Amino acid sequence: MSTRLATGGRLIDRSRQVSFTFDGTTLRGHPGDTLASALLASGRTLVGRSFKYHRPRGVIASGAEEPNALVGLGQGDRFEPNARATTTELFDGLQAASQNCWPSLDYDVGAVNAALSRFLPAGFYYKMFIHPRAFWKHVYEPFIRHSAGLGRAPAVEARDPDRYEHFHHHTDVLVVGGGVAGLQAAKTAGESGLRVLLVEQTGHWGGRAPVDGGTIDGKTPEDWIGDTLQALDNMPNVTLRLRLQGAGLYDHGYVLGYERLADHAPDAPGPRHRLWRIRAGRIVTATGAIERPLPFAGNDRPGVMLASAVRDYIVNWGVSAGDRLVVVTNNDDAYRTALAHHRAGLTVPAVLDARPEGGGALMAEAQAAGIRVLTGRGIAQVNGTRALTGVEICAQAGEGTPLETIACDAVAMSGGWSPVVHLWSHCGGKLVWDEAAAAFRPDPDRAPIGQDGASNVIAAGAANGQGDLSSILKDAEKAGKTAARDLGGTPSDASAPDAEQPAEAPLAPVWMMPQGAPHALRAKAFLDFQNDVKVSDVHLAAQEGFESVEHTKRYTTLGMATDQGKMSNINGLAVLSRALNAPIPQVGTTTFRPPYTPVSMGAIAGEARGPLFQPIRRTPLHDWHETHGAKWEPVGQWRRPYCYPRAGEDKHAAVAREIDATRGSLGLLDASTLGKIVVKGPDAGRFLDMLYTNMMSTLKPGRCRYGLMCSENGFLIDDGVVARLDDDTFLCHTTTGGADRIHAHMEDWLQTEWWDWKVYTANLTEQFAQIAVVGPNARKLLEKLGGIDVSAETLPFMAFAEGQLAGHPVRVFRISFSGELSYEIAVPAGQARALWDRIVDAGAEWQITPYGTEALHVMRAEKGFIMIGDETDGTVIPQDLGLDWAISKKKDDYLGKRAQARSHMTDPDRWKLVGLKTLDGSVLPDGAYAVTEGTNVNGQRNTEGRVTSSYHSPTLGHGIAMGLAHRGPERMGEVLTFMRDDGKTAIEARIVDPVFFDPEGAKQNV
Amino acid sequence: MKRYSAFAVAREALTGHRGWERAWRRAQPKARYDVIIVGAGGHGLATAYYLGKRFGITNVAVLEKGWLGGGNTGRNTTIIRSNYLQDPSAAIYEKSRALYETLSQDLNYNVMFSPRGVMMLAQTEHEVRGYRRTAHANALQGVETRFITPAEVKKIVPIIRLEGPRYPVLGALWQARGGTARHDAVAWGYARACSAMGMDIIQQCEVTGIRRDGDRVTGVDTTKGAIACDKLGLVVAGHSGVLAQMAGFRLPIESVALQALVSEPIKPIMDCVVMANTVHGYMSQSDKGEMVIGGGADGYNNYTQRGSFHHVEETVRALIETFPMLSRLKMLRWWGGIVDMTGDRSPILSKTPLQNCFVNCGWGTGGFKAIPGSGWGFAELMAKGHAPLTDSFSLDRFREGRFIDESVAAGVAH
Amino acid sequence: MLILTCPCCGVAADEIELAPGGQAHIARRGPDSTDAAFEEYLFLRDNPRGVHFERWRHAMGCGKWFHAARCTATNEVFGTYPAQTTEPPQEIRDRIAERRTDQPKDSRA
Repeated sequence: MSTRLATGGRLIDRSRQVSFTFDGTTLRGHPGDTLASALLASGRTLVGRSFKYHRPRGVIASGAEEPNALVGLGQGDRFEPNARATTTELFDGLQAASQNCWPSLDYDVGAVNAALSRFLPAGFYYKMFIHPRAFWKHVYEPFIRHSAGLGRAPAVEARDPDRYEHFHHHTDVLVVGGGVAGLQAAKTAGESGLRVLLVEQTGHWGGRAPVDGGTIDGKTPEDWIGDTLQALDNMPNVTLRLRLQGAGLYDHGYVLGYERLADHAPDAPGPRHRLWRIRAGRIVTATGAIERPLPFAGNDRPGVMLASAVRDYIVNWGVSAGDRLVVVTNNDDAYRTALAHHRAGLTVPAVLDARPEGGGALMAEAQAAGIRVLTGRGIAQVNGTRALTGVEICAQAGEGTPLETIACDAVAMSGGWSPVVHLWSHCGGKLVWDEAAAAFRPDPDRAPIGQDGASNVIAAGAANGQGDLSSILKDAEKAGKTAARDLGGTPSDASAPDAEQPAEAPLAPVWMMPQGAPHALRAKAFLDFQNDVKVSDVHLAAQEGFESVEHTKRYTTLGMATDQGKMSNINGLAVLSRALNAPIPQVGTTTFRPPYTPVSMGAIAGEARGPLFQPIRRTPLHDWHETHGAKWEPVGQWRRPYCYPRAGEDKHAAVAREIDATRGSLGLLDASTLGKIVVKGPDAGRFLDMLYTNMMSTLKPGRCRYGLMCSENGFLIDDGVVARLDDDTFLCHTTTGGADRIHAHMEDWLQTEWWDWKVYTANLTEQFAQIAVVGPNARKLLEKLGGIDVSAETLPFMAFAEGQLAGHPVRVFRISFSGELSYEIAVPAGQARALWDRIVDAGAEWQITPYGTEALHVMRAEKGFIMIGDETDGTVIPQDLGLDWAISKKKDDYLGKRAQARSHMTDPDRWKLVGLKTLDGSVLPDGAYAVTEGTNVNGQRNTEGRVTSSYHSPTLGHGIAMGLAHRGPERMGEVLTFMRDDGKTAIEARIVDPVFFDPEGAKQNV
Repeated sequence: MKRYSAFAVAREALTGHRGWERAWRRAQPKARYDVIIVGAGGHGLATAYYLGKRFGITNVAVLEKGWLGGGNTGRNTTIIRSNYLQDPSAAIYEKSRALYETLSQDLNYNVMFSPRGVMMLAQTEHEVRGYRRTAHANALQGVETRFITPAEVKKIVPIIRLEGPRYPVLGALWQARGGTARHDAVAWGYARACSAMGMDIIQQCEVTGIRRDGDRVTGVDTTKGAIACDKLGLVVAGHSGVLAQMAGFRLPIESVALQALVSEPIKPIMDCVVMANTVHGYMSQSDKGEMVIGGGADGYNNYTQRGSFHHVEETVRALIETFPMLSRLKMLRWWGGIVDMTGDRSPILSKTPLQNCFVNCGWGTGGFKAIPGSGWGFAELMAKGHAPLTDSFSLDRFREGRFIDESVAAGVAH
Repeated sequence: MLILTCPCCGVAADEIELAPGGQAHIARRGPDSTDAAFEEYLFLRDNPRGVHFERWRHAMGCGKWFHAARCTATNEVFGTYPAQTTEPPQEIRDRIAERRTDQPKDSRA
């Protein structure tokens, strides 16, 4: 059983204790522990259950590659599922819970799947559960979903109380990985004076070197790391960050960094996570390598661990994996683990070296220490279910006949090392197969490229396939110099430090142990520990024709667990290639996708949550609306008052009251969100003639004209009133949603088509508020405010005047969207509230009533005015809306003119605008379709029209609607049959003139 | 073809699963086929399948430059729905959805069609009106949808936050028989069924040229040699432009990257698909437990299968607003697919200027759901020269101004 | 995550400042054009897997439109140039020819 050793543990502070809970039991560890090391120190070898078979699983690794030791962390609003115990730093009060087991980790009902595993091979679900049809959704799927899923879901109403933020960082050189290679590369690049950012995902510098030993420049690795850090600290151009992972590499030198600031210190002020958006000229990936497990039967049992992890726990955290450790390997490195275990005063009954000739200097050292080494041997199977009791050893060359049982309570396995090539691959970097190391490493000839087409990523050290300390440091130094030189820096002529480590004998690839293992053993030899993918599953996939590595991966789910195949991909690929009898490089490798390890959703969202999710645009009168009880409606980024309900009033009553007040006396509308674009220059008239379907160049200064804008594809995109301020200057009003879009549309044409025309545009939407004063008493109100002659003679309909109103500079447009006598007053935004308040005060004698968007809509519909977005939907042309009068026949050209001449646009059978009035006076359902007899070729009911706007008109006391109908205007008086959304209930409505109210314009033209 | 069933699995279990055959035969190209389909994605394979099943045309080769199902079929968010507004769209997507209902039985391959319901949230008054209109249209199109209240939304999806703060949920368009399926299984199931009919699925076979005799297609050049055919179907999604160029015509298509991501797996928490178009994101939970998330497409031409990260940020932000409990979940994997966007964002299933050469492309962000319907209609078009399901999706609509524009109903399609 | 240098203001702009605008150098077709020519102008696109001449706007910066020559398969950028041109400048073509021997000199041909 694993336990805490009496001495050792370079990362822990033995003088202090912290307590934490696991599945409710209080345990203790030291500051510097990870959750995994503390669990092992407490003798917890069983920490979780696998995904598919619910097999008992223990900690297998010591870093980001851990597939087994996943826990739920924290509680309530702070609960986080699927946290890796190996990268969770321990703190006092940490609460962890095991996952994917019920009722408990020790007695998990789901483990029945393990007993049935032979019936659940790769892809079994594609072959089963086909009949009866309804059972998939109602029986099989719920069962599968429930047994899958790993971590518990956060509570339904959980609200994460933590903060997250984003950083932008620009640097010349980014070095990812703070091991000795990263430190050396950063130092070399830093000495050239360039800006360098060095990031390390864990909480400490130096990576594996202090655990693996050797000397650098005659010092221990630990001392060298300390000195190098000091040197880096002294360079003002170098930034160092711990707990910051290079998570993803994107185009043009963009790297996503994931910084975990408070996961190890939940009470620390500031954000929990920070997402770094880094732009770097060159990126050095010094991301190290990950050890591979060996595929032998029972390799997933708690107590079987990676050799490097066993060593890490001894050296870094003073934790032993067991008392009797069998080491099984195909390379020299694992002997370091045997030696470390031995030095800790514990027993290594045997090292099983699969290589017939065994290893080099490290093997000799182990033998000299009295450790028994068996070459050409491997593990046939593992004894013991919960706790390891021993291993059956066998000849690696054979089929698994047990030769001897060796009692042990832990196994350290090593199948060689795979460079961490994720970042290299994220953005198109290619890999090459390294026969000697039996691993993929970055192909320097096919590196990721930046915007200039030059390689912008340099792999260094173990991540570049380098094995021994000396070549790792040399490679890193070279990477630092290359990065500096590429960016125009002058690297110093310092050379890489001299490092010494025992020479290693070559590795011998072992993709199955023993190589001739029969099905029974292959079916227990795990490749992907979390997803329970075994060697036999990959064989089955190959047998069934899933020959591409992507097919096999998807068919077996190999590499698709939360570790994304960090430990399993190469083994799986090798097993597949053997099954297909094809070389590994030919079988290919799967695509690496960001992020390197999972990144919290909170970090990705950053600060933009709640009220900051999207900015709210506020008119200068926003606060007034707020304090006067506006019911808001989001309109684009704005909020506009939908209506202003009074106490006891619902919104329908409020809207009706607002309309009555406006039509009867005086209404007031904040129209500030309307777009206001100034178009100025000698060619402004000519330009607007192209933009609008109408003729704008003939508009006289001081006058207004309603205009339509179409896309080049012919469809109506916006409308609004254009005022000619002077010969060279027009003010174009757009819809609320249209301001930015139409301004961009204008600029597009001006800059890229008619760039020689002398025109400027400016979007002044936010510079001016616009207040509409509407109703029979509107003129009286303006006269009372005083300053501008608003008489019918001086300021007729569709004219405007400039001047001072109640002491404020204004432009008063006599235009109307309601059919009432109406003035829209533009005022500088800063004076809007003052003017609004004056208007409200002065209007009291006429019971001035603010109204919202709904009253606006009803009143315009009563008048038959179209609304962009209601009558139009991107498929409607002005001709459909009876707006031919606004389409100039004199102009040779305007945007959309050619498009409107296409056969489908000129088809007389198009649906056209009409008014609709139900026979019983009820309100037609918005969006309803009018039906005719029969069905079309696809069996759909034939239709002949649809409702585009529909309201109850308080003015008229019945429902009114606008709609598009087949040859509508030719069919006045005909009755159409509309269907409710049940498709059955008919409502009859008569085609009428769309102008329901005051068709003569008597109320407006006063 | 050995039938798949629980009994077959049990029987095989006793012999170490050594009896399973290849799901599809390994094939080398013959000199000539009646029909060649270029592209062994879902749409290409489904076309081949229905050519055989409906019209008895089995002398068919499906050519694939990579591995079958390796394009967008295997990289999408697997949403199946037919709540479209315009008649031609509703017809083909509903045919497709109906075929999905029985696809596992038809193919004897469990594609895990899960009619768990698709919900499209209305978060502005404008959206409410749009979805009400769609509900009206659907009622006449034979598509079962319903506009539901916020309370019903919350009942179906308890993790949703109704009250905003930015965009409150005002209701939703609900299609109870929409859902998801296992994307790879759809490609594999069709491939297995095609192979069983004697068709050749030829992987690692890239088309390098298109052979013609005057205005008529006669075959293709490939990395495995020249192959003759009477009829040619191009079904290659994002790479349609490249193939069209070989065939001597242009398409109203631009290829852009669409991104998706999944969270780490968690226990079941959401039993339907939710789409939030105002804030630009959609989400479902896979059978494995991953939250499957998608959003908007990049706006620039791109063949790199990786998009720009800020779109992912926008999508995740939108979904945390809608489902606050997501905040402490983690993004596990992020990827991009190349989608082919047409001028009106609706697909093209059409004859081409080259006689006997047909094109099926332009599915943009929403092709997966259409696979069976597209195959059904396109096979008919190839066999008979016209098909009710596909006639509206012809190439000439762009010249005539006869668009099928679905943006009316939904800002984001997929 | 692209970076393009705006030829108007000289800023090496991050993609979040930019708005894409599709294929560049498409001549407008007006009322006297044929249906075929008008369709080509509005809809038909080269969509190359390779060098693409395209429109961008420095929308969150100086607001100016410009053109870029970019490879759609690798995102290599061969240069940006003002939008007030009807064809790519010679220096951009030269750079493409120099960098990309596999590409036709002018992919619009």
